[in-house]
Amino acid sequence: MTARERIAGTVASYVDERTGAAAWMKKNLNKVFPDHWSFLLGEIALYSFIILLLSGTFLTFWFDPSQREVIYDGNYEPLSGLKMSAAYASTLHISFEVRGGLLMRQIHHWAALLFMVAIVVHLLRVYFTGAFRKPREFNWIIGVGLLTLGIVEGFLGYSLPDDLLSGTGIRIAEAIIQALPVVGSYISFFAFGGAFPGEAFIPRIFTVHVLLLPGIFLALITVHLMLVWYQKHTQYPGPGRTEKNVVGFPLLPVYMAKAGGFFFIVFGVTAFLSAVASINPIWLYGPYTPGQISAGSQPDWYMGWLDGLVRMAPPLETHAFGHTISWNILIPGLILPGIMFTGLALYPFIESWISGDKREHHILDRPRNVPNRTAIGAMALTFTIVGLLNGGNDIIATTFNLTINQMMWFSRIGILVLPPIAFVVTKRLCLSLQRADRDLVLHGRETGTLLRMPSGEFVEVHEPISAEKAWTLTQHEQPVPLELSDTDTRGLKRPGAIKNKLRNRMSRANAVAVPKVTAQDLKEIEHH
Amino acid sequence: MKYLSRYRRHKAVAPLLLLFALFAIGTTFSVASATTTPSQSALSRSAAIDEGRQLFLKGCSSCHGLNAEGGAIAPSLIGVGAASVDFQVGTGRMPMADMSTQAMRKPPVYDANQVAALAEYVASLAPGPAIPTDAVLNYERDGSTAQGGELFRTNCAMCHNFAAQGGALTQGKYAPTLMGVQPKQMYEAMITGPQSMPVFSDKTITPAEKLSIIKWVKAAEAEPALGGAALGRVGPVTEGLLVWTLGIGLLIGVAVWLAMKAR
Repeated sequence: MTARERIAGTVASYVDERTGAAAWMKKNLNKVFPDHWSFLLGEIALYSFIILLLSGTFLTFWFDPSQREVIYDGNYEPLSGLKMSAAYASTLHISFEVRGGLLMRQIHHWAALLFMVAIVVHLLRVYFTGAFRKPREFNWIIGVGLLTLGIVEGFLGYSLPDDLLSGTGIRIAEAIIQALPVVGSYISFFAFGGAFPGEAFIPRIFTVHVLLLPGIFLALITVHLMLVWYQKHTQYPGPGRTEKNVVGFPLLPVYMAKAGGFFFIVFGVTAFLSAVASINPIWLYGPYTPGQISAGSQPDWYMGWLDGLVRMAPPLETHAFGHTISWNILIPGLILPGIMFTGLALYPFIESWISGDKREHHILDRPRNVPNRTAIGAMALTFTIVGLLNGGNDIIATTFNLTINQMMWFSRIGILVLPPIAFVVTKRLCLSLQRADRDLVLHGRETGTLLRMPSGEFVEVHEPISAEKAWTLTQHEQPVPLELSDTDTRGLKRPGAIKNKLRNRMSRANAVAVPKVTAQDLKEIEHH
Repeated sequence: MKYLSRYRRHKAVAPLLLLFALFAIGTTFSVASATTTPSQSALSRSAAIDEGRQLFLKGCSSCHGLNAEGGAIAPSLIGVGAASVDFQVGTGRMPMADMSTQAMRKPPVYDANQVAALAEYVASLAPGPAIPTDAVLNYERDGSTAQGGELFRTNCAMCHNFAAQGGALTQGKYAPTLMGVQPKQMYEAMITGPQSMPVFSDKTITPAEKLSIIKWVKAAEAEPALGGAALGRVGPVTEGLLVWTLGIGLLIGVAVWLAMKAR
């Protein structure tokens, strides 16, 4: 035993005698994690959150969350002598006078954009591989909660500097609040402490942005990770991987090194972006006054699809009993996102209700093997992308010599027509890919070598695929449609017969698949 | 002097004196006014009007009419003034390349002298806004950047964008970028209101305020990219594009690399 080992041993037993940590550490440090690049997407979100906490704390040292009017006398000459809020002036101060302030502001904002991108990409991975299935439904709901809160947190964040663009965003938020039937104007008065803009909202959203929401984030992220820890990580199908094991590397040393290193790489990429690319140049926007607006006022991308939905809404309003209901704001601004987020959160339950599958799953699906789910995902994604494109309709129109009117009509028609097309095309693609898998297992890989038979016929030589690959391509189970009868054993009609009929039909659609290769098929082909 | 005093009561004296006085005043006036406008310029001005008329008949009259009275596809130019012609022709917008949504900025077809001649011709038809002189256009001296920014955001940014990069209007029309536009042309655009742009008369925005706006636009144009690549200064759309391509692209690349190395 060297001197170093002896010292380490002494320290370890000192800590263990007082905390009893050794047994827990031994168990958990050997915990195995499966290795796949797509399992690191959630980590990008986690690390971006840490970057946000650090850079955000730095910014609070100088940011003055107040709408007190000041006269600007800082370094940026094109604004000197103008009246503005202390919030805006202090953001200019951070940008131009605090050492490293502009870099930190840009790190904070780029990290926020990356945070949301990583959440969405992570969500897509979890969705398309079916990682949300039992027992992970709660974690899925927490994830949807994090996504929703992320959108709100981001919006509040870029509203804080009180520049022309952020004030425009707040104005739209106020319009959406006011679109609530009956109570809208009252809620707006409560939120803004009077008429818009007032002097209350910057201090209020500051507290929410730096205290309330980060606290909720920390709590939810902790639960999110603890559940991953407790439920073990899912894994992709492969030889030796079952529902009862996890194949991968232990936390110490491999994952510690990887995860730790990845944090610094994420920080590095964020800092790189912040050093070379400007984001939210508030000094160009100018201070907010309700009388001003800029062409091309857009929200950040994660709000962009909502903005796009509002932009394409036809001007519908009804007047009843002295109240105006603005459907053009209410539907795209509140009802549609409400349906989308609720549907997203409930999806695991809806799917298991349709398929009747109540078992635990730890092996991930290949998206092609679950055509219905993959097609629904493609449909929702198409809907969101059409919305997002229309959110930038003016920029796209001027860049590509289109007209805003063309963009609007494309979106209005596309938002209804394109998602169903995406559904059908994706489902067909999945089935084709299943067929390709079947061919591959049955006939092997095309080698590109041509062989001339004695009869003069040319054939291509196929090489059988490896046993491991064949197993990976055939290990999945294929869904069986539910057969719920609408009469009971005595031939009487059951209550809820229509519901059962609907469920049967959906289950049948869900179970459409190209039959996978069975041992029987392989035996038959050997006889040929 | 006896000779003169003898005839001083003659009846022809009064008309003769009147003639002499008129001649003296006329000569004095013509000599005095010659110092500000030489008779040379009067000549060249009429020559310029003639030249402008010839250019107009060849290049413009097919749409705007032989007497600039306008037609089915082009407006009357009577009373639009020299500033309007100088802006439309000097920025290459006129003659139009095609009759679609709106005339676009392009390399001018006519040289400076020809533009001046066309302007003289159109100005001679009826009075209208004149081309601002260099003395008027001293925006560096007479303008205020901060005030200009405030005026720009109130009056111009809604179409031209917060950083004067331009923006979309309805039916394919657009407010062009103001980057690289001469101060004179900006001033002319404000007083003549070309295409979809409203006229900002001197009562709405005083000449001094116009110079402030020009000074701010020129400052925005000269402003270095303070936070790194400016990404077109069009707001969050390009930022979102960058984060979805370079940002997440780099990180997914690293993630793939990290997962590969372990094998």
